Amino acid sequence: MGVRKHKSAAAVAGLATAGLLLTACGGSSSSSSAAGGAASGGSANPACAPYTAFGDIKGKQISVYTGIVAPEDTAQINSYKFFENCTGAKVNYEGNKDFEAQVLVRAKAGNPPNIAIVPQPGLLKQLVATGKAVEPPAQVGTNVDKFWAKDWKKYGTVDGKFYSAPLGANIKSLVWYSPQMFKDAGLAVPTTLDELKSLTDKIANDGKGVKPWCAGIGSGEATGWPVTDWMEDFMLRLSGPDTYDKWVSHAIPFNAPEPTAALDAVGQYLKNPAYVNGGLGDVKSIASTTFQDGGQPILQGQCYMHRQASFYAANWPEGTKVAPDGDVFAFYLPAKDATTKPVLGAGEFILAFSNAPEVQAFQTYLSSDTWANEKAKATPGGGWVSANKGLQRSNLTSPIDQLSYDILQDPKAVFRFDGSDQMPAAVGSNAFWKQATAWITGQSTKDTVDKIEAAWPKS
Amino acid sequence: MSYVDKFGQMFFAIGLFVVIVALVLLAVGRIGGFRGDRIVGRTFVAPTLIMLAIGLIYPAVLTIFQSFKDASGNSFVGLANFKFIFTDSDELITLRNTAIWTLLTPFVATFIGLIYAVLIDRARIESYAKALIFLPMAISFVGASVIWKFVYDYRPPGAHQIGLLNQILVWLGFAPQQWLLNDPLNTLFLIVVMIWIQSGFAMTLLSAAIKNIPEDMIEAARLDGVYGIRMFRYITIPSIRPTLVVVLTTISITTLKVFDIVRTMTGGSFNTSVIANDFYSQSFRAGNQGLGAALAVLLFVLVIPIVVYNVRQMRASA
Repeated sequence: MGVRKHKSAAAVAGLATAGLLLTACGGSSSSSSAAGGAASGGSANPACAPYTAFGDIKGKQISVYTGIVAPEDTAQINSYKFFENCTGAKVNYEGNKDFEAQVLVRAKAGNPPNIAIVPQPGLLKQLVATGKAVEPPAQVGTNVDKFWAKDWKKYGTVDGKFYSAPLGANIKSLVWYSPQMFKDAGLAVPTTLDELKSLTDKIANDGKGVKPWCAGIGSGEATGWPVTDWMEDFMLRLSGPDTYDKWVSHAIPFNAPEPTAALDAVGQYLKNPAYVNGGLGDVKSIASTTFQDGGQPILQGQCYMHRQASFYAANWPEGTKVAPDGDVFAFYLPAKDATTKPVLGAGEFILAFSNAPEVQAFQTYLSSDTWANEKAKATPGGGWVSANKGLQRSNLTSPIDQLSYDILQDPKAVFRFDGSDQMPAAVGSNAFWKQATAWITGQSTKDTVDKIEAAWPKS
Repeated sequence: MSYVDKFGQMFFAIGLFVVIVALVLLAVGRIGGFRGDRIVGRTFVAPTLIMLAIGLIYPAVLTIFQSFKDASGNSFVGLANFKFIFTDSDELITLRNTAIWTLLTPFVATFIGLIYAVLIDRARIESYAKALIFLPMAISFVGASVIWKFVYDYRPPGAHQIGLLNQILVWLGFAPQQWLLNDPLNTLFLIVVMIWIQSGFAMTLLSAAIKNIPEDMIEAARLDGVYGIRMFRYITIPSIRPTLVVVLTTISITTLKVFDIVRTMTGGSFNTSVIANDFYSQSFRAGNQGLGAALAVLLFVLVIPIVVYNVRQMRASA
């Protein structure tokens, strides 16, 4: 979701500053060679052919508008260099923390950017509904068919028309833990939901007084969103992807038995005083702890597990080793049994508001495997991954990115996009968060799902 | 856009403005006589009127229209949005909070400001004492909210407290509290922030008014044997009444519009939302333009009587 994207972006600061220095050094050497090649007839490079095919666009400007801001923007901007060297066109990158609200205003006012990087399918629908968005060239469709799973193309399709190629991705079905703590306590990473439950019980009853789970859902006005991710993960696991889709598209009401059961299942963890909130207080302290702080007690040995997306990697303090043999690492939030592997995640999409040749050429570039690998190389500090099948694992440097990559590319994995990002804004970025927060501070599951159902737009 | 471009555009705009004003002045300067004066007057008022029409009246009328429309602003739904505001349980809590804010803040802030102004009047350390309470005025609402968020911060019992209030509790042997979680007390803790900021404003204006009370009036009262609390009641208060009204109404309007404090400290969670905050989240986050506009209109309607009263009082005292 958009807001959480920012928060993650802001949070990346700590870890990524270290990475950035690397980006600056590593990036310059590799791109200068690319620049050198381009200078001596860049368009002669065969990899440039798909983009030079759009005609001479030398000197043309392409405006990109996005919520990806410093420090993550550097890697984005660097990943465009290959295209700029190929075609001589210039990409003007504009990041704004308030992107989600502003891009709609700009589109409605008739002043949209050429390209918007949209982090939610729900917002994508709203933008297409303004009538200002244009369909991509055929090459983008071909690229998406070739490099992405069908589900991903579906998320970029509005009313049967394909508009948006996916860009990056992140995995939400992850549980962060301390490999050392697990080893000391003789605990094994669980492979089914039942094992997760018994593992939790074992920790809760071991008499050491350390709570198994810690969580935080505070995120300014977006407070509550981590609960929506929990619920989506359990919805996928308990009722399966098809029911999940029905729930997201409102084919079944929000207060139907399946979603209610999913939220109750989350409640067994998050609202159980014996399980939470390690190092942070009681159940209610989940609501007052920011999501950035939610997993930190793991480092102090005050909590065993923290369910949060892959981008949480950026929230560990500088110097924390994020690896299977390091201070913290993550495991896949297990499914009901080993035969299925539902994966909850999110990502961004490319939406164009212009069909000028330079914009179409750039859209084609962004949907290609070339870009995905360029982006991976431009992000040596880690913290970025894509579901693009053309992405090479060897270009990802951090163990957590490699873990995300392996989960995304697992043939058994059934990927589902963050549900609240696809729901209408009145639910997905308002009622769902608000009621989830009220649920943590004491509201019953029934009241919660009933109130969210009541907020669903009628038309 | 580069900085050179931006500054270029800015200077171009300023230049254009100067040229247009010069042309207008030149044009009206050529018209003389009594008729000319009226034309000159109207020409000078015109830009203000045009800008008010574009920047204030047009959006206001548009918002009123939108408040009768549905979420996407496409079809009319009559009074449905207003009905929702006065029936939905969450919206009713928003209204309740707004009422608590507007009833408490102006009076408490003005009271504290008044007492302080009277107590330090002509004291030796007056200027320092004034600066002390005036300083929070210089802090933005968001800044003040961040500061107070730290004051209220909660850590579990036994952990190292980083919130001032909870640390004091721990020192006194009590358990730390979740100040911002428990409704409706949490609204009061938010109001404290507003009072902290606005008391300085009240104190400054009231102190100036107190100094303006004619010396001979006070002397005459003293000769009649009026001192202490009666002096305050029968001389000070009536003399500074116009200023008191201005201070009260100004703080009331600021309080009705309160947004930054709620948004920064709780984001409207835990039943702390107020009309302005709800207006923002409905309009720009939930994509419910109609309801957002209706909340804005409601806020507008609530402010009107206070403004009218304020203007009347100013006229009466002029």
